Amino acid sequence: MITEAGYLALVLALALSFALTLFPFYGSLKRQMEPVLLARPLAVLMFIATAFSFYALSYAFYTNDFSVMYVANNSNSLLPWYYRLTAVWGSHEGSMLMWLLMLSAWTALVALLARSLPLILQGRILGVMGLVCIGFYAFVLLMSNPFERSLPFYPVDGRDLNPLLQDFGMIIHPPLLYMGYVGYAVPFAFAIAALLSGRFDANWARWARPWALAAWMFLTLGIMLGSWWAYNELGWGGWWFWDPVENASFMPWLVGTALLHTLSVTEKRGTFKSWTVLLAISAFALSLLGAFLVRSGVLVSVHSFASDPARGLYLLAFLLVVVGGSLTLYALKMQSVRSQARYQLFSREVLLWGNNIFLLTATLVVFLGTIYPLVHKELGLGSISIGEPFFNSIFHILAIPFALLLGLGPWVRWKQQPVTPLVKPFAFIAVVTAVISLGWVSLYQSFTANLALLGLLLGVWVMTSSVAEIGQKLRSFGGAVGLKKLTLSHWGMVFGHLGFAVLVIGVAMTKTFSVEKDVRMKIGDTVKLNEYSFVLSDVYALKGPNYLGQAAELEVYDEGIKITHLHAEKRFYPVSRATMTEAAVDASLTRDLYVALGEELPGPSWALRVYVKPYVRWIWLGGVLMALGALLALFDRRYRQRSIAE
Amino acid sequence: MNPRRKQRLFAVSAVLLLLGGAVGGIMYAMSENVDLFYTPSQLVNGLGDEKTKPVVGQRLRIGGMVVKGSVKRDEHSLKVSFDLVDTGPVVTVHYEGILPDLFREGQGIVAQGTLQDATTVNATEVLAKHDENYMPPDLKDAMKDIKHVAPATQGGSN
Repeated sequence: MITEAGYLALVLALALSFALTLFPFYGSLKRQMEPVLLARPLAVLMFIATAFSFYALSYAFYTNDFSVMYVANNSNSLLPWYYRLTAVWGSHEGSMLMWLLMLSAWTALVALLARSLPLILQGRILGVMGLVCIGFYAFVLLMSNPFERSLPFYPVDGRDLNPLLQDFGMIIHPPLLYMGYVGYAVPFAFAIAALLSGRFDANWARWARPWALAAWMFLTLGIMLGSWWAYNELGWGGWWFWDPVENASFMPWLVGTALLHTLSVTEKRGTFKSWTVLLAISAFALSLLGAFLVRSGVLVSVHSFASDPARGLYLLAFLLVVVGGSLTLYALKMQSVRSQARYQLFSREVLLWGNNIFLLTATLVVFLGTIYPLVHKELGLGSISIGEPFFNSIFHILAIPFALLLGLGPWVRWKQQPVTPLVKPFAFIAVVTAVISLGWVSLYQSFTANLALLGLLLGVWVMTSSVAEIGQKLRSFGGAVGLKKLTLSHWGMVFGHLGFAVLVIGVAMTKTFSVEKDVRMKIGDTVKLNEYSFVLSDVYALKGPNYLGQAAELEVYDEGIKITHLHAEKRFYPVSRATMTEAAVDASLTRDLYVALGEELPGPSWALRVYVKPYVRWIWLGGVLMALGALLALFDRRYRQRSIAE
Repeated sequence: MNPRRKQRLFAVSAVLLLLGGAVGGIMYAMSENVDLFYTPSQLVNGLGDEKTKPVVGQRLRIGGMVVKGSVKRDEHSLKVSFDLVDTGPVVTVHYEGILPDLFREGQGIVAQGTLQDATTVNATEVLAKHDENYMPPDLKDAMKDIKHVAPATQGGSN
């Protein structure tokens, strides 16, 4: 019964989203306050209905109700209870329900936290959120109903959850990612609401910025977790594949990063207004594009869900309506908005233009590389794929000016920056950068111009400049007492930039110094990678709750001294008839040792994949630092000021 | 021209120049990195209306069913070779490394590599999805007209 109630709750939520759109817009049109006042309780009710619906599906999974088709297809009575619960978002229908849960949660949060905003603006923002909700709730109810029953003939047991998803990383990766994706609906709603009222002031940017920060934080964490999960679960030891679905999440991230920066210009200088609005629209449009790419079946990817052309068509139409509608509105309304601020060529404004140019070029690269194969195929020119070297080579080039500007940016004043005062500190930063990065790279190689040296130079440049900038700020405040004066959003910026630097160093070092070997080993065999010797000491049979398999034990020696023990597994899940690789990883800050067990060969011997990956942790550490930066900035006092003049 | 206009013109043209350069660079880099997808019969007979065949040394992707009984392994290393087929001719793939978990005879796989001779591909990567019933979409499209042929009976080499 609770399943049917869950379905009805979704229908109710759809009805509420219609009301959420109609009442505030009607009220703002007629200048009546009563309908606008309804928006907030409606948003909260919609969230409650959706949460109940989500609970109902979780309950069906928990109690192994295999008469629900979605449960039967994605769960099994042998599955441990925690994986039964996370199986809720293991496939298309349930993950869409989670998407709705996130969307309604954001809507309710806006309703609860945006009380200090002018009432009309509040109503319009929630109205736009309501419109977005209608699109997605209708999508789920019409073509992705997770509550569908297979009565009267239902299976005795389920088909099991995809073993790839039976992992801790998978429990939190999709929720975080969806929080990010869906979160961009909020800046989008702010942008549309502002377009409708035709008013853009510093207040608008100050209200919108925390939401953009929050969405960006979740998206960053989601992407990083996905990368970490792929590293552990796919058995290839890679952390980024330029897989179309990864790209689909990377595009809104890049545009979202650009948005964070222009919002700060709009907030502090009252300029870049129309550009900021365009970025807010683009970030959300790219989130929708991601949903379309993943869920329409047009892509070949580990992530893509079962294909259904009707779903793809719906999402594409929805995307076109959103983009078309908002751009039309933009064209109609934006002419009247003029920026008054003036700035010189050497100013923070211009440097932030630079930031945007490089971020958007990067987006363009990812977009073309992802879309081109699709277009090529649709035109009947045959199937193609775009190789990793394409993305890598362009990103290596783009990273150079981007990182150089990034080091300079925080030092440069708004409006106009005279060059002379910067000469001394930057001579100092350049020298420190050169010394540290050359010293660092000499630990691993002679001085050759390669990716590692480039990455270190850029990363250390950004780090030194960030730290020196804090130092300079503190001096101007008069020493350590200045620590209190630095705003949280300033610390947020510093952490964000440091995170980027750490990431750049991690990528460059991993790419340059990773050693990878596929080997065939008998028990007792040794394989040597760099200074590490891997000895295969044992392989034995394995039996888990819902899988069988083999486990390999390896001892790792560094110059004859045992440093660690690795345990790699190969699992076979009988119900879903799938094989999975559980890689063994010995992690440390400067290197990972990684072993994946392959198939058994006659002999008996085993195929093993052995990696040494220096600094690979830095990639995820960088992501975590960036997210931390966003979190710090979120708690800046100026975003919590209650009284704001109408 | 007043100085402000001059400055703005400078800024705009700099932006345009950068963007133009970027787009040019992207298109060039992309044309260098495009890998065409072939099925075995397309690789042997040519692709599309012009029947273009790949040249030796060209990077490409090939997708087909692994012919039953064609998988040959080296005794001491991870070298392996197998035949791929869709509707007609057979193409041999050489590979050294770990095959994906779901590599099986009679299954659809995709290999990325270079063409060694008219019917041989040296693969650098072999892909199979983690699902027993999976067929790569590219391959599915290429084979949709011949659905009545069961994969197990194709190839007929054994």
